[in-house]
Amino acid sequence: MAKVKVSKKSTRIDMTAMCDVAFLLLSFFIMTATAKQPEPHPVDTPASTVQTKLPEENLATITVGDDKAFFTMMSPEVRRGALERISQEYNVTFTDEEYQAFANLQGFGVPLNQLKGLLAMEPSERMEEGLQGGIPFDSVNNQLGSWVKAAREAHKAVLEERMSKGEEGVVFKDLDIAIKGDAEEDYPVIKRVIDILQEQKKNKFFLVTGLRDENF
Amino acid sequence: MAELNTGGDGGKGKKVRSKKMNPGVDLTAMVDLAFLLITFFMLTTTLSKPQSMNLAMPDKNKEEPTDTQAVANDRTMTILLGKDDSVLWYFGEFAAPIIEPTESAYGKEGIRQVILQRKAAVEAAYKGQLDDNGNQKGLIVIIKASDKTHYKNLIDILDEMAITNISIYAIGDITKPEVELLKEKGMD
Repeated sequence: MAKVKVSKKSTRIDMTAMCDVAFLLLSFFIMTATAKQPEPHPVDTPASTVQTKLPEENLATITVGDDKAFFTMMSPEVRRGALERISQEYNVTFTDEEYQAFANLQGFGVPLNQLKGLLAMEPSERMEEGLQGGIPFDSVNNQLGSWVKAAREAHKAVLEERMSKGEEGVVFKDLDIAIKGDAEEDYPVIKRVIDILQEQKKNKFFLVTGLRDENF
Repeated sequence: MAELNTGGDGGKGKKVRSKKMNPGVDLTAMVDLAFLLITFFMLTTTLSKPQSMNLAMPDKNKEEPTDTQAVANDRTMTILLGKDDSVLWYFGEFAAPIIEPTESAYGKEGIRQVILQRKAAVEAAYKGQLDDNGNQKGLIVIIKASDKTHYKNLIDILDEMAITNISIYAIGDITKPEVELLKEKGMD
């Protein structure tokens, strides 16, 4: 009987192509990446079929979840300007470092008297669960309204400055406000936030939603 | 010229052979690293921007409350949102409705069919009549949510407006008699 000879094959594979693909993908993801900003309070948005995209610039988002409100401004200049206006309105002075820290802080949700404490913290500590208790927005102490107003004014000032410098293509546009509410949030809370915006004659805004099919 | 003595003089005239190296490099570690980084970037990237819905609220003009528009009763449908995902709708005025308050549900078999029916009926009744903006007069929907509803319910009903192409709709404040009606039906 003739023995079947098992040919000895090398167990090594040529990984050059695999390596090429891996690095190609890697470069793609690095180029397109915009790091996900940590949110102070993650919420579960309700789904809708409407597919309007949220604008990326000139936007401030009010996040509402568990009866707490959080405020996020997209552009650092607007954040700095808003803090300047808030410090005037509430007679609180901030140091240069605190302005710098605030300009780097995208979203926050603390009453004004705790803001200094939040700014003194390390960025990693700020996002701890339960640390930020929300911006007050009841009718007696409507700090959220002040923040929205300050942000809109700051946004206007930034645009005016760019226009006065003769920059081309700057069109005056009011700051867009988006409401990002939790699906299980009670309606009166959302209504209160909408009322705050309407008190400032901000009648048009965005509601952040998830995506779903029409056949629900 | 000085020569570098590499030791091992036993060669004596023999040619120093360069060692034959295997030209293939072991890429395993490199590929491992590359895929680790890919995974990291894929997870931290937000590829898709969040969806959003435009909402325009009627201006609350406190100084001139007279600046309101009268709407025809036979074009107005009111949707009341109650607790536990319940929906109640009526057509016309609350005091003298053209169609009595009827219970419905969210979704394509529920309120969507009702809206589409009403829309077709109104458009047939107002055929050829144009409003101030030159559009065909259509159904007007007023959405009133009670205090016990969730934000999700509001989005659901706004979404129905988008699906059924209702061009005129508004979110209104619920009135006391309407709350009492909801209570009567066990929906508030």
